[in-house]
Order: sequence, then structure tokens, then C-alpha cells
Amino acid sequence: MDVTSVQAVLDELGRLTAGRPVMQIMEVCGTHTVSLFRSGVKSMLPAGVRLLSGPGCPVCVTSQGYIDAACDLAGRQGVTVCTYGDMVRVPGRLGSLAERRGQGGHVVVVYSTRDALRYAAAHPAEQVVFLAVGFETTAPATAAAVLEARRLGLANFTVLTAHKLVVPAMLALLAEGQVPIRGFLCPGHVSVIIGAAAYEPIVRQFAKPCVVAGFEPPQMLQGILHIARQVAAGQACVENVYGVAVSARGNPAALKLLEEAFAISDAVWRAIGVIPASGLELRAELADFDAARRFDLDLSANDEAPGCLCGQVIQGKVTPADCPLFGQACTPMHAIGPCMVSSEGTCAAWYKYGEK
Amino acid sequence: MTGHSPIANRKSQIENRILLAHGGGGELTRQLLAERIVPKLSNALLAPLTDSALLDLPSGRICLTTDAYVVQPVEFPGGDIGRLAVCGTVNDLAVCGARPHALSLALVLEEGLELALLDRVIDSIAAAAKEAGVVVATGDTKVVERQRGDGLTITTAGVGPLREGVQLGMERVRAGDVILVTGRIAEHGLAVMSAREGLKFSTAIRSDVAPLVSLIESMLAAGGAGVKFLRDPTRGGLACVLADLAEGAKLAVEVEESAVPISAAVLHTAEMLGLDPLTIANEGKCVAVVASDAADAVLAACRSHPLGACAAIIGRLVESPVPLVELITRIGGRRIVQRPYGEELPRIC
Ligand code: SF4
Repeated sequence: MDVTSVQAVLDELGRLTAGRPVMQIMEVCGTHTVSLFRSGVKSMLPAGVRLLSGPGCPVCVTSQGYIDAACDLAGRQGVTVCTYGDMVRVPGRLGSLAERRGQGGHVVVVYSTRDALRYAAAHPAEQVVFLAVGFETTAPATAAAVLEARRLGLANFTVLTAHKLVVPAMLALLAEGQVPIRGFLCPGHVSVIIGAAAYEPIVRQFAKPCVVAGFEPPQMLQGILHIARQVAAGQACVENVYGVAVSARGNPAALKLLEEAFAISDAVWRAIGVIPASGLELRAELADFDAARRFDLDLSANDEAPGCLCGQVIQGKVTPADCPLFGQACTPMHAIGPCMVSSEGTCAAWYKYGEK
Repeated sequence: MTGHSPIANRKSQIENRILLAHGGGGELTRQLLAERIVPKLSNALLAPLTDSALLDLPSGRICLTTDAYVVQPVEFPGGDIGRLAVCGTVNDLAVCGARPHALSLALVLEEGLELALLDRVIDSIAAAAKEAGVVVATGDTKVVERQRGDGLTITTAGVGPLREGVQLGMERVRAGDVILVTGRIAEHGLAVMSAREGLKFSTAIRSDVAPLVSLIESMLAAGGAGVKFLRDPTRGGLACVLADLAEGAKLAVEVEESAVPISAAVLHTAEMLGLDPLTIANEGKCVAVVASDAADAVLAACRSHPLGACAAIIGRLVESPVPLVELITRIGGRRIVQRPYGEELPRIC
């Protein structure tokens, strides 16, 4: 997209929103949040369009109880915690995994579930726990790892699951009705797996436009434009401007893996609480691979660090600037909540890209 | 060929690796140095193997720098720790306006390190030193127990006289000066990452690790006093240098994203990993602040040097009450560039 067509999109957005109340559009996914800042799209939008970050940063929505359980495990004799890098610095009530590692705890950063499996196979004397967080994007890899562990008979491998589903969270936000959202910019990566049709319930129940877009600036601009056009025309439907990667029905192989390994369950979201049918738990026949069971962990705690508004930030109820700790007591060097730690966290993006 | 007996096999396996005794100061230490290290680095300063080297330096101001090198893996596409340890130190001297003269080299070897790997690293040190026009004048080798080292770590120090008439410093930077970068960014960091255990992805990206001595020499010759500040954007990447510049010069820095030289492979790989190329390390690039009337000459000098073929002017310094770095993005938006606060890790999904 050249600069003139960018300008054409911006002009049309300006015309569609002029003289109307500010159109709040939620970008659900943390990768969108970061890309919108990094590419400068956020700085170019007309005043009539406001972007709100949603509950799509995997680390940020993970509950305190989960973080604490992970730290607890990392401190236990004979246990090694394998995790994606994003989780390492998230502060919990018992400190962070990074601090645990500093105290001699076993924490290994992996880039894929395969690495965690390989680590477990190579260290049979250790109990290896993989921290399975993330949305439909990372869940298929967890599913594959657990199924593979069963096939190999790996007795020292378990996963601590906190996988979450995007659409139920969007529905819960709308049902609560506290944040006026006019439409959703739907996440490209997740949609590759679940398919664009997965957003139909949002359109049916709440008449909100849902547009799936990739992460390149022209894609994101197109997505925002399509939402604005629908809003202006009083329409609501699912559109997909990321047709090269996203189909209506998603990726059948990945969905089949999910189906094989997981059942849909209620899930605890940071500060939001339990959202019915918004998470994935291992199927009963795979319960041997469930770390919460093997180590008898209690994941129920769900309070936030005192003063931290992450729970509200991830629902779009407040922006990081509304948090009195933002940029003061809470910075990436000394993060108080996960939204400031995660590379996809809204507070981190605001801090990093200068929206203060 | 007839097979070796298991005992012979085991023996040769041991013989092919670093033993604790190699660091003991006795016969094995002497052998290691005399057979594997000293001959490859040989030069008049090192040859006497005295406790310290005697340097003949011109009178005047001397630059001294030191750096410790740890990198995993030790060998990566486009380079290895040896080349890195020479280039990093030599470049630190060069960007201060010094003519690198001699290096010291301290090796910390982990018990069990393959001798063949050590040989390759020493070869690479020798080659890089030759390329940079410096000698290794003195050195030391220690061995640490298995699991207590990172395979191989290197510390180098370097000295060199300051070039005549060169005045480099942030305090000379003024509004209106332009910012130049000598080539494509973010290659070293991604090349190392691509080879890292657990992350291995196949890519054609190679580290840019290279000695910048002659490139900087020709930039200084072309720009004279118009060259005001030089820095090699290593860890922390371009973002870190630009943030330091804004802060130090108390001026705003404006950078055009579309002007920053970057290969398509780097751009896409960084995108895939969720990393900002501006924050990814370089080891063979230099950022220069140049007076606007010297910019063309310095740019031409860069472009006619093999290490500066992709050099470009990427931005300028402007008067501003808030000394921030602002990036004008490819599509014409704006965002602030900040100093990264630590190593950025690839994102989850
Ligand atoms: S700025 Fe820090 S304390 Fe405030 S909401 Fe964000 S992460 Fe929490």
C-alpha cells in the first residue's frame, strides 16, 4: 500500500466518522496492539476513531493463581518448568519465574512445545512441566505435545494448562456491556486456526461488526475501514480482509488436534474472573499429563497486585494512562502487572511507543 | 580401515577435548599454547611470551577499551565468538577515532570443549585481527570445570592512538546534523538467534560481524571535522544509539523508517518473531552524525567501501523541548523509539 492509498483510507475514515460520536473499535489481539503502534497506524487515525486494546495478550489474561503455581513448581526439588519467554518476568505473589531461577529454581525457556518434550525425554529424572498458555494459536502445539508424550510413554512430562478461547471473552465483554464497543478488529493468527466464521455469534447476538485482519499496516487500516463502513451503514457482519491466510472454517488439522486433546471448560481470566466455556482443559483420558493434578496445585487465586489495573486494561475499561502507577512505579524495568511485562501487553506497548 | 578398540576410541575422545589440566600451568598448558594458539597469532609483540607486551605507541592520546564476549552458540552463520571478540573491541576503538594497534586476549575454556572448535575460533581470531590490522600482543588462558563455563568465553582489550585532528563527541552534535548508518541493520542478532538451540529456524541471514577500521578511516578522511559522532549499534540495536544520541545531545531525533537499510529477509524474520529490527544487535555497522554539508561526501565514501555499500542517511537532529527519537513509519505514521530495556524475547504466538 503506497502512501497515497493510505491517505485515501484515512480520508474515507475521516468522512465516515466526522460529526459522529467517537467510534471505539477494539483490537482483540496483543499482536495487533503492538503492530498498530509500531507501524504508526495508531498515530494517523482521525479523531473520530479510537482503538481499545482487548483481552488478547496471552500473558496478561493469565490469572495470579496460575503464575503463583508456576513459581511454586519452579522452586520444588526435581521439577523443571519449561516456558515461553514471555512468562518469565511476570510478577506473582511469590515473585517471578526469573526470580525463582535466580534462587536456584529450574526454569527453562523454550520456543516450542517440541523443545519441552525433548528436554523431558533427555532428563528422565526430572519432572518437566510445560506452561501451556495462550489462545487457539498456541493450544494446538500443546495438544500435539501431550498426544506425543502419551505415544512415547513419557512419564515425567506434564502441562499446566491455561489455554483460553478468544470468542467467549469477546461475548462476555459485550454481555457485561460496560464498554461501548462499535466493532472488533479480529486477530489474524487466532483466526487462521478458528476461521472467520467463528465470530458469527458476536454478529448474531450483539450486532457488532467483526473484521479479520493481518498485521501489516495496510491490512490493519483496511480492517478498521471495513468496520467503520459497516458502522456507518448500520450493518454488522463478519468480514475477512486477510483472505490469503484465513478461511471461513479455519485450519481443520489444528482444530482436530484441539478436539483430540482438550475439552472446553470454564476458565479464570485475570481480574475478570470465571468466564463460562472460555478455556481448554485436558480430556479425562489425558489427565495423567495434567500438572495441576499431578502436583495437586490450587490455581484459584485471582487477585491483582495492589493498585494494578491490568484486569481493567485488558477489558478496554481503562487505558494504561488511567493507571496511577503507569510509567511511575510501573515500568518495563520494574513491572507491577503482566501488561507491562509481556511483549504484547498494552501497558508495555504504550510505554514503549510513547503514548504517555 | 580396521576399527579402533573401545579404549583407543575413548582415549582419542579425551585427547580431542580440553582437560582441566590444560589450565594447570604445566606441560599441557605449554603444549596448548605452543601448538594451538601462539603460532596462529604470531607477531613480534607476542612472540617473546613475556608477562606483558611492550608497545611502541606514538605520544599523544591513547584509547583503551575492553569487552567480554559470551555468545550462544559459539559459532553462528557469518561468524563466531573469536571474530566477534576481535571486531567488537577494534570497533569500539575505531568509533572513538582511534587507530587500533594491539589487543589482549583472555580465553576461558570449559573442560570438555572440543579442541577442533578451539582451533577454528583461534583461526578466526587470527583472520579477523589481520583484517582489522591489529596484533594480539598478549594473552591468557584458563580452564574452568565442566558446567562452570559457557563452553568458551573471551575477553579482549584494545589500545590505539587517537587519529590526528579527529574530534568526536556527542557535545559537537547540533540541530540540522544528519544521521547516517553504514549498512543493513539487525543481521547479527537474528543470525545468532536463528542458530540458537530451541529456536533454530532456517534463514539466509548471516551476522554482519566485521572490523570497521578502514571504513571509518575513509569516512573520517571524507568528512573531516564534519563527522561529529560515531557509535557501533551493537546490543540494543539502532534504537539504543538513537536514544542515547537524543538524550546526550538534548535534541530530538527524526528517523525515516523507509530510509533505514534492511534486507527483506531480516524484515520478515523479525516480523515473524515479533521483534523490532531497530532493537536487534549489529556487529559490523556504524551510526554517524555528520554536519549536513559533509553528508554527501561521507555517504559517498561509505558507499565506495565494501562494508558500506548499503549506507544511507536515515534521519536528522532537530531542535525540540523533548529530546525523543521519533520514527516516521513506512506508511507515514509516527511513533516514539525507546531504548530497549533488556533482551527482547520472541513472542508466544
Ligand atoms: S501500568 Fe503497571 S500497574 Fe498499571 S495496569 Fe499496567 S501493568 Fe498494571
